[in-house]
Amino acid sequence: MTDTEQQAQADAPPRQTIEKVSIIISRGSLEGIYPGLIMANGARMEGIDADLFFTFFGLDAINRAKHEHVKVATVGNPALHLATWAGGVPGVSALVTHRLAADMERLDIPPIPEFIEMISDSGAGLYACKASVDLFGLTREDFIPQVDDIITVGEFYGLAAGGQIIFT
Amino acid sequence: MTLSTPTASDTPTAPGAAAGIPAERDGEGFFIHPEQWRPQMAAQIARENGISELSERHWQVLEFMRNAYLEQGGAPSIRTLGKASGVPIKELYELFPKGPAKLAAKIAGIPKPRGCI
Repeated sequence: MTDTEQQAQADAPPRQTIEKVSIIISRGSLEGIYPGLIMANGARMEGIDADLFFTFFGLDAINRAKHEHVKVATVGNPALHLATWAGGVPGVSALVTHRLAADMERLDIPPIPEFIEMISDSGAGLYACKASVDLFGLTREDFIPQVDDIITVGEFYGLAAGGQIIFT
Repeated sequence: MTLSTPTASDTPTAPGAAAGIPAERDGEGFFIHPEQWRPQMAAQIARENGISELSERHWQVLEFMRNAYLEQGGAPSIRTLGKASGVPIKELYELFPKGPAKLAAKIAGIPKPRGCI
């Protein structure tokens, strides 16, 4: 490297990078859970530290009895372009979910239980919100084994310190 | 362009040059022409990216990535890598802490994986 090149490198502003993200998943519908999972997995793929914090109905994503049965919300979801009454017909939510799951599989997007296991294996932390766990009368045993801990909001901020917080 | 054999005394002042690594890499260090890659270049690229030594397990991933790219024209997803390479996801992240799919692609001389998963 020549002196001029070295000088140019020294003068260039340092490239901004994100080192850590803490992603909150607060909703229990399929379209409410996936974005946070994709962002957490994507962060780990880039070598960015990631923690996932599940709160309110987002807890369904790590609930061992429910995480295989997460559905697309077909009522109150104008983006589906379905008549409101049609979205409420029994089976419509299951049908739309089934169709979307097939499309996702084609794109190599894993189902929620497998995706969460992948994210945990990538070294990301999985945390349940204590207030929501108490509110719904849940215990540690209701969650999949990959869940690292049930933590308070204060502890969440402690874990998130120095990184970016993303609410979904 | 000449492709010389790497030597143990790769000088840090000229990254890549001693290993015969061609200049045609993108801004992030990914090969633009995968056919210019040679296995002897891998150790040097790995060192540039914080991996001091390539083990047999690293090579298993590198070969899987490169073959998948050459056969399918695209790098495999991390999910496929974990399922089909014979190296589980947990170990992939131990081998390539700064992102297995991206780093393995870089070291194996294939373009940057473009997938989100």
